[in-house]
Amino acid sequence: MNQPAADFDQNLPRRRRSGRIWRLVFQVSTIVGILVLTALLYNILNQSFGLAAVEYAIPPESLAVEGVPLEELSGEALQVILRANASAGLVRALESEKPLAERSRDELYELVMDRVAEPQVVKTWSLVDSLLHRRDLEREAAEKYPAARLQSFSWINRSFIQRPQAADPLRAGVRTALLGSLWTVGITVLFAFPVGVGAAIYLEEYAGDSRLNRLIQTNINNLAGVPSIIYGMLGLAIFVRALEPLTSGALLGYVEDPTQANGRTILSAGLTLGLLVLPLIIINAQEAIRAVPNLLRQASYGLGATQWQTVWSHVLPNAIPGILTGTILAISRAIGETAPLVVVGASTYITFDPDGPFSKFTALPIQIYQWTARPQAEFRNLAAAAILVLLALLLAMNVSAILLRNRYRRQY
Amino acid sequence: MAVVTAVPSGPRLALRRRPRVREAFIQGFLFLCGALSILTTVGIVYELGKESLAFFTTQLWENSNKPLAQDLTPDDTIMQVGSEGAALHAEDLIQVHDEIMRVVSIEGSSIAIERGLQGTVPQTHAAGIQILRSNRVTLREFFTHTKWSPQIGDFGILPLVNATLLTSLIAMLVALPLGLGVAIYLSEYASARARSILKPILEVLAGVPTVVYGYFALTFMTPLLRTILGRDVVEIYNTGSAGIVIGILILPLVTSMSEDALNAVPRSLREGAYALGGTRLETAIKVVVPAAFSGIAAACIVAISRAFGETMVVAIAAGAGPALTFNPFQGAETMTGHIVRISGGDLSYDSIDYNSIFAIGLLLFLITLGLNIVSQRVVRRFREVYE
Repeated sequence: MNQPAADFDQNLPRRRRSGRIWRLVFQVSTIVGILVLTALLYNILNQSFGLAAVEYAIPPESLAVEGVPLEELSGEALQVILRANASAGLVRALESEKPLAERSRDELYELVMDRVAEPQVVKTWSLVDSLLHRRDLEREAAEKYPAARLQSFSWINRSFIQRPQAADPLRAGVRTALLGSLWTVGITVLFAFPVGVGAAIYLEEYAGDSRLNRLIQTNINNLAGVPSIIYGMLGLAIFVRALEPLTSGALLGYVEDPTQANGRTILSAGLTLGLLVLPLIIINAQEAIRAVPNLLRQASYGLGATQWQTVWSHVLPNAIPGILTGTILAISRAIGETAPLVVVGASTYITFDPDGPFSKFTALPIQIYQWTARPQAEFRNLAAAAILVLLALLLAMNVSAILLRNRYRRQY
Repeated sequence: MAVVTAVPSGPRLALRRRPRVREAFIQGFLFLCGALSILTTVGIVYELGKESLAFFTTQLWENSNKPLAQDLTPDDTIMQVGSEGAALHAEDLIQVHDEIMRVVSIEGSSIAIERGLQGTVPQTHAAGIQILRSNRVTLREFFTHTKWSPQIGDFGILPLVNATLLTSLIAMLVALPLGLGVAIYLSEYASARARSILKPILEVLAGVPTVVYGYFALTFMTPLLRTILGRDVVEIYNTGSAGIVIGILILPLVTSMSEDALNAVPRSLREGAYALGGTRLETAIKVVVPAAFSGIAAACIVAISRAFGETMVVAIAAGAGPALTFNPFQGAETMTGHIVRISGGDLSYDSIDYNSIFAIGLLLFLITLGLNIVSQRVVRRFREVYE
């Protein structure tokens, strides 16, 4: 009688021990997950800031006038410096672009820094290296780059966001890419939101249990699992190639020179991303519509409303917070997508702002990809800074989605 | 009818159903929105299929460097060829000048031929002219050859598939144990408070764009591997670090799907196990995980499909250039990486490069679609239904 109980007691410490060990294992995997996220952020921040050895054609100090440092000079003084030091041709070009007298002080300061001081990064160090080994780095820089000055450098700054792409890392910025991304996503929303919500309404409110409707539902679930690059190829074949007259704008008489136009435009990219996020929007909107209690529908029908009246004035107003939340999340997916845009043919080196759906474009993730793929360290720094811009954009969208959800949450 | 006539007086109520044009129109539009998803699928299958078909049927002519040894008159059915150049085989399609012929049989230097094929006309050909051999990509070559170099007409997809399998395998080795561990911890061990903090943190990982992971692989994981294992062992571009980072990328997917499955297991099962004297671990491993098996299996399959289709990480970190290698520390281009590299350049329509990436895309689409369908089947087939 006592034997099994004795066995039980004997095994208990062992079972407890393995319980503790495995608990530790599970905990460790969770910690690893969090560590990875930390490493990811650390890596990006580490590359976005740090020390840089910068060489100047003319050091900014020597441009000081009567002891007033360059940063504090007035616009007129800066104009004088610019005319005195820059070549005549450059001054003429700048004048014809916008007369110097009409430019603001900040613009002039930038011009003097860029065109007169002409800073050039010869070497960069990451943030952590800069903080921990500053003295060693200073010695190394003094030996290897005697002409250069070591200075703290933030790759992400105001001019980085305001400037277009450029070949020189110090002058490169993300404005064109950011605008390209926003234009593209704008087209995506215009296309995918109405169609996605329409499909969700159809599936939840109208569709009976027919074979066709089941097929549509299964099909949407499957489309959500198709790799994004496949959508890129679909976009290349259909929007860029087959519908070229439409997507290049030639059909609408939008381009001056039809021989130069091709379908690799913002419109094609936006529609491609639209197809990509459509299943996500539909699935999210379906859930939101399903969460609207049936009581509301029945009450509406009871008052003699038609089906569309019920949907439009009762179901949709109650489901719209959920639909919007889902849509914002889908859109933030679209902003980060890179592969389909590469396949559809985002151009990589574009220095002018996109001016409409038919213009050639680049996008933020494309810019990151391009800079990452370059071997020089400075471009890696630029990529890190661009990633920070992208992540900030995504963070803003996600926060707004959460706020929206909390603001309009209703309980039945 | 009798009822209607029984109404004596007053305004007439039309209770019959009236056609509502506007409602029908709206319903039609909504149906079209739903049907667009079908059109998308049809579009994918049609476009990938069409271009792939072109890829397998386009005739490329490659110079065999074999010259005609004697003049050929329009009536000849035997031709004499020189000994140099690549060997011809029976059933080969050949082109001499602009006439297409088929090799019927070969005896030494004399070759029996069928003349004037594919609408070409038998002509006189002078000795010395070089024979072109048809090099159509066959399905067999596509799936069995071990070299992919479109410039010289080698279209064996194995190196690309191999690299995809390698990165996906490494990814799964990272994501499965970690993801399951996290899921079990969150659903069985963590307090409600810990969960409410940990879950959103892990969800942040899911929201990071893949190009950022690519950057992470190249600037963090690869240097890390190179520091640990040595610079001569690990190349700058390697499938290993790409695979590990893809594993990290699909970790949130495995975690959240598995955790949902574990949470769906009713409390009564756990309480039953505790009542029988099970420890927390035994309850989790022997009762809850088996009960949630269908969901966990589905999570794994979906994760594999994600890993197959993952593009930017491999495009950035795994290397450019197809290579058949099982060494995870060497560079090798995957299917997706190849598509991105080829289409990133100046791609002209209907070139063999253009068609070839669609053939790769079709294969990728079929694999991932198959995996997704299997995962849905698994959920349906093995789901344990309680209550």
